[in-house]
Amino acid sequence: MATVEVSFTPLPAHVRTARLVATAVARRSGVDEALLDEVRLAVGEACSRAVEAHRRHCPAEPVKIEMTDAGERFVVVVNDAATGDAAAGPGVSPGGSGNGTVEGQAAPPASPARGADDEGSATPPGFGLAMISGLADDVRVLSTGSGMSIRMSWPSAAAG
Amino acid sequence: MDLKLGHYNKDGIEVVDVEGEIDVYTAPRLRELLIDLVNKNNYQLVVNMEKVEFLDSTGLGVLVGGLKRVRAHDGSLDLVCTQERILKIFRITGLTKVFGIYATVDEAIAAKRAEK
Repeated sequence: MATVEVSFTPLPAHVRTARLVATAVARRSGVDEALLDEVRLAVGEACSRAVEAHRRHCPAEPVKIEMTDAGERFVVVVNDAATGDAAAGPGVSPGGSGNGTVEGQAAPPASPARGADDEGSATPPGFGLAMISGLADDVRVLSTGSGMSIRMSWPSAAAG
Repeated sequence: MDLKLGHYNKDGIEVVDVEGEIDVYTAPRLRELLIDLVNKNNYQLVVNMEKVEFLDSTGLGVLVGGLKRVRAHDGSLDLVCTQERILKIFRITGLTKVFGIYATVDEAIAAKRAEK
């Protein structure tokens, strides 16, 4: 089991770096090429959500990502430390996995700082999480005591 | 790759060329351009996404926001896109029912003309 960890200051510019790293590690782990776009987009969405949460609640704290080649699955966990969002957050799905279902989709509070496009956006709160659920075939959103954790996984080479 | 934006007028319709990645970092630039065009009374927009390599929910939000703005003036915002990886995002979010999506800029313009 190999794990790659990335920690970055919550700046939108770093989200691209995070998703590129995730895509590279996924490829290295043997995730099918056809799924790499989904990995890239889902990890980007999770990181964007975490960055916005950190910018609201704890801009000095880094966003953390763990990428693990766990045998038959490539697992990505995006952890934020924004307790404000976790408390009111998109519900919790303890063990809520399977077919990308994000349970308890109450979504983050409708903060004015939602995304970089709050003024021009018409997408509802939690839209990013909904997208993740449509991209990863296994998604778990957990509210931890210290923030929120989004765990996503895809089949890797060992599964074949 | 960063985001490159350009725009030109064709047959009275403003065509916005987008190239690169539209994400939480770059989407504000696209939003500003769309707002600027609407503020200059351009209510018939075509966004050419043929060279877009990445699009996330922030980018979708900007496009939907742009659509709302032009619709407030009885305008429309249509898209040009044939890339499966981008079209898939519109499909899973249900936005294929919201935007007119065409294969070429000429096709999008012709459709706007036909609506009038």
